[in-house]
Amino acid sequence: MDVATLLGDLRLAAPELTLAGGAMALLMVGVLFGERLQIIASVALALAVTLGAGLALASSSAFGEDGGANLFAFAATGLASLIAFLGARPAGPINGAAASFLVAAGALAIIPAPEGVEAAFNGAFAVDGLSSFAKVVIALSGAASLVMAARYLVGERLAKFEFSVLVMLAVMGMLMMVSARDLIALYIGLEMQSLALYVLAAFNRDSVRASEAGLKYFVLGALSSGLLLYGSSLIYGFTGSTQFVEIAAAVGEEPSIGLLFGLVFLMCGVAFKISAAPFHMWTPDVYEGAPTPVTALFSAAPKMAAMVLFARALYEPFPEIAADWRQIIMALAALSMAVGSFGALAQRNIKRLMAYSSIGNMGFALVALSAGTREGLEGLLIYMTIYLVSTTGIFACILAMRRREGMVEKIEDLAGLSRSHPGLAVAMTMLLFSVAGIPPLAGFFGKFFAFLPAAEAGLWPLVIFAVVMSVVSAFYYLRLIRLMWFDQPAQPLVAAPRELGFIAGLSAFAMFPLFIAPFVAAPGRALVETAAGALF
Amino acid sequence: MIRDLLSVVPILSLITFLPAIGAGMILLTRAFARAEDAPRIAVNARYLALFTSMATLVLSVGLVLAFDAGETGFQFVEEAEWLGAGVAYRMGVDGISVLFVLLSAFLTPLCVLASWRSIEERVAEYMIAFLLLETLMIGVFCALDLILFYLFFEGGLIPMFLIIGIWGGANRVYAAFKFFLYTLLGSLLMLVAIIAMYIYSGTVLPEGPTMDIAALQSVAFPEGLQFWLWLAFFASFAVKLPMWPVHTWLPDAHVEAPTAGSVILAGVLLKMGGYGLLRFSLPMFPDASAFFAPMVFALSVIAIVYTSLVAFRQEDIKKLIAYSSVAHMGFVTIGIFSMTEQGVQGAIFQMLSHGVISGALFLCVGVVYDRMHTREIAFYGGLVNRMPVYAIIFMLFTMGNVGLPGTSGFIGEFLTMLGAFQVNTWVAAGAALGVILSAVYALTLYRRVVFGEITNEKLNAIDDVTTLETVYFAPLVIATIVLGVYPSIVTDMTAASVNFLLDNVAFALASGS
Repeated sequence: MDVATLLGDLRLAAPELTLAGGAMALLMVGVLFGERLQIIASVALALAVTLGAGLALASSSAFGEDGGANLFAFAATGLASLIAFLGARPAGPINGAAASFLVAAGALAIIPAPEGVEAAFNGAFAVDGLSSFAKVVIALSGAASLVMAARYLVGERLAKFEFSVLVMLAVMGMLMMVSARDLIALYIGLEMQSLALYVLAAFNRDSVRASEAGLKYFVLGALSSGLLLYGSSLIYGFTGSTQFVEIAAAVGEEPSIGLLFGLVFLMCGVAFKISAAPFHMWTPDVYEGAPTPVTALFSAAPKMAAMVLFARALYEPFPEIAADWRQIIMALAALSMAVGSFGALAQRNIKRLMAYSSIGNMGFALVALSAGTREGLEGLLIYMTIYLVSTTGIFACILAMRRREGMVEKIEDLAGLSRSHPGLAVAMTMLLFSVAGIPPLAGFFGKFFAFLPAAEAGLWPLVIFAVVMSVVSAFYYLRLIRLMWFDQPAQPLVAAPRELGFIAGLSAFAMFPLFIAPFVAAPGRALVETAAGALF
Repeated sequence: MIRDLLSVVPILSLITFLPAIGAGMILLTRAFARAEDAPRIAVNARYLALFTSMATLVLSVGLVLAFDAGETGFQFVEEAEWLGAGVAYRMGVDGISVLFVLLSAFLTPLCVLASWRSIEERVAEYMIAFLLLETLMIGVFCALDLILFYLFFEGGLIPMFLIIGIWGGANRVYAAFKFFLYTLLGSLLMLVAIIAMYIYSGTVLPEGPTMDIAALQSVAFPEGLQFWLWLAFFASFAVKLPMWPVHTWLPDAHVEAPTAGSVILAGVLLKMGGYGLLRFSLPMFPDASAFFAPMVFALSVIAIVYTSLVAFRQEDIKKLIAYSSVAHMGFVTIGIFSMTEQGVQGAIFQMLSHGVISGALFLCVGVVYDRMHTREIAFYGGLVNRMPVYAIIFMLFTMGNVGLPGTSGFIGEFLTMLGAFQVNTWVAAGAALGVILSAVYALTLYRRVVFGEITNEKLNAIDDVTTLETVYFAPLVIATIVLGVYPSIVTDMTAASVNFLLDNVAFALASGS
C-alpha cells in the first residue's frame, strides 16, 4: 500500500481519527496538567478542532461552490461546538472540550468521499451516505449526552475527566460500527464501543448498583461478543472471506447450513447490542443501575449505531438470502414489541420503564428492517432518528428530576410536575405523546414510515401486531402524563439546570412542527433516501 | 363577492390554523409571565380565546356564504408539497363537510363562554387545549389527504385527554384513559387500512401511490380488500361515533369531562365518526358498505332501543344525555347506510342538529352543576319555581332531543326514518320505537328536574340563568328553531354533494355485480 492511498484512507476516517486523537490528547491533559493549564489546553484544543473541522467542512464538496452555504456551514459548526463546550463545561474544561470534539467529528462526517470512492482500507471501511448520516446523528447525540451529564456529575461527585474520554472512545467505536464493511472491522468497532460503555456503566464505583450494572453488562456483553465472533468465524469458514462484498458473492442462492448457522449467531450477537428480545435481559438492570446520564447515552447513540450496523451486515453480504434472515428479524421485532410494551406496564422506576420502552422501540424499528427493502432501510433511519431525538429529550427531563437531597427516579416523583415546572412538563408531555406515536407529533411519522415498508412487503400480521402493541405501550406513556398533569404535586423538584431545559425544549420542539413542515420534511426525506441508497 | 374575496387567501388553512395561532399567543403570554401575574394571565387567556374563536367563526360563516352549493366537487382546494410520494397537504370542502366546519367554529366560542366562570384553575392551559382542539376538529373536516386527515383525527385525542383528565370530575383519570385507549385502538386499525389503500393505489394509479382522498375515491378497490378496509375504518368510526357495543367509553367521558368538554365531545367529536363513514366507507368501499349494511342496521337499532332503555334508568343527568347521544347516533348510521338521498341527508342533518341540541343540553346541565355541584337527578326537582327562564330553555332542548316537530331534531329523525323505510321496514319501525323511548326518558328527566315543588331545601337559593348564560344559550335556541322550521338551508347545501356521492355508489354497485 503506497503512502498516497494510506493518506487518502486516513482522510476518509477523519471523524474517527479526530475522536481517537482527541481522546488521547485530553487524557494527557487530564493526567499531566494542573487545573489552570487544563483550562488553557482544553480551550485551545477545542478551538483548534472546531476551526479545523469547520474549515474542512466549508472547503469540502458538501456544499458545492456556494459561498453562502460554506460560510453557513462554518458558522454552524462553530456555534454548535461553542454551545456544546459551554453546556458540558460545568463538569470541567476537559468535558467541554470533549463535547466540542464530538461536534467536530459530526461536522467532519458530513464531508462526502470523493467521487467513485465507497470504501477505505481495502474495502473494510465504508464511507457512504449511510455512514455519514448515522455518524452525524451519533456524534451529535454523544455531544448532547456529555452536556446532559455535566451537572449530574458535579452533583454526584463524579466529575472526573475520564468520563468524557470514555464517551469519546465509545462514540468512536460507534462511528466505526456504522462504517464496518468487514467482519473484523465490525467486531473491532463493536468492542471498542462496548468496552468503553462497560466502564461507563460502573462509573459510579462506590455505588453497589452501578457496579452490579457494569458487571452484568460486561458478562452478558462478553457472551454476546462470543456469539458474534463464533458466527463470524462460521461465516468466514463457509465463504472464505471477511469482507461483506466478497461474502455476498460467495453466498449464492442456496446457502449452506453452516453459513446460516453463522448468520444466526451473528444476528444474536447484534440483537444483544440493540437489546432486542429475547436478548434484552440485561437492559432493565443496566439502565437502572448505571448513572442516569450514562443511561441516557445507552438509550440513544449505541442503538443507532447497532441498528445501522445490523442493516449493513444483513443487506450487504446477505441480500440473496433475505427471505431467511427476514424471518429472524420479524421474530425479534414481534418479541421486542411484546416484551417492551407489557414489561413497561408494571415498572415503578422511570429508568427501568425507559429500558422497556427502548426494547419496545427497537421492536418497532425492526419492523421496518424486516421488510428487507430499500424503503425498509429508509423507515429504519427515520424511526431511529426520531427516536433518538425524543429519547434524548426525555432523559433530559429525567435528569432534571432532582430534589434538594438528590436525584429521584420513581415515576411517582413526577406527580404534579405541570404545576411546579410547567415548561418541563409541556416538553416531556410532547415527547411522550410523540414516542407513543400520536399524531401530529414526529413519533407518528416514525411509526408510519416504519410500518409502511413492512406492509408493502406483505407482512400484514406483523404490522397489525405492531399496531396493537402501540396501543399497549401508549398506556404507560399516558401513565407518566397523567402523573404530571392529573395528580396532586409530590414534593417539589429543584429548578432544572438551563442546559437540560434547553435540550428538552429543543427536542420537544423538534417533535412538533419541525418534522411536519415541508421545508424540513422534504429535505430530511431526501437525506434519508440518499443514505439508504448506499446499500442498494 | 365574498367568493372573490376569499379566493385570494388560503381560507381553509386560515380557518383551521387560526385557533392554533391563538393558542400560541396564549402560550407566549403564559410563558413570559411571572407568578404574581396569574390573575391577569387568566383574563388574557379568556379574551384571547374568545377573540380567536369568534374570528374563526366569522371566517367560517364567510366560507359557508361563499360556498357554491350547486357544485358537486371539492371547493376552496389548496394543495402544497408535504412529505412527497403521494402525501401532500391537501385541503378542500364539499357540501358534506362545509357545515361541519361551521358547526365546530360555532360551538367553540360558546364553550369558551361556558367556561368563563366555571374554569378557574389553569385557565391559560385550558384555553390552549380548547383552541388546539378546534384546529384539529376543523382540520378533520377540511383535510383531503388521508395522512393529513389521520393527523387531525387522532391528534384531537391529545387535548381532549388533557381536558378530561385535568379539569374533569372525581373519576377523571379512568375516564380519560378509557377514552384515549379505546379511540386509539380504533384509529390505529384505520391507519393500517390507510397504508393498505396507499399501497393498492400504487398498483392501479399511473402516477403511483397516493393519499389524495379525491383520487382514492375513483379507485375501485377489489371486493375482498374492500371488506377488510371497510372493517378497519368501521372499527375507528364506530368507536368514535360511538355505536353499540363499543360505546361504553362515552358515558364515562361525558360524566367526568367539564361542561365545555362534553359539549365539544357530543357536538363535534362524535360527528367525526359519521363524517368518516360518509367520506370514506360509503364512496370508497361501496360493495362492502352494501354487504355490511344489514349488520350496521342491526347494531343501530339495538343501539337506539337498548341505550334508550339504559338512559331511562340513569340517576346522573349527564350520563342520561350521554346515553341518549348514543341512541341518536344510531339514527345517523341508519341514515347513512340506507344509501338513499333522504337517509343520507337526514344523517347529516341529524348530526348537525344533535351537535347543537346535545351541546345545549350539556350546557343546561352545566348551569345547575355550577350552582349545586351535583348532577344527581334526585337532588333536583321544582327548578321551575326558582328558574323560569332556565326551565323554558331546558324545555326547548328537551323537545329538540325528543324530536318534536318545529325543532331541528324532528327533521333529522324524520328524514333518516324516511330513508330507512325505503330500504327496510323493520329498521324504520325500530327507529320509530326509539323516538318514542326518547320521549320517555327525556320527558321523565325534565319532569324530575324541573317540575314539581322544591323538596330539597338547598335549592331554595338557586338563581336563574345569568346574562352570560343567556348569551351563550341564545344562538343555540335560534339554531334549533331555525333548523327546525327552515331545514332547507342545510339540505340545499348538502344536496348536490350527497346526490353525487350516491350516484357514484350506485354506479359502483351496478358495475360491480
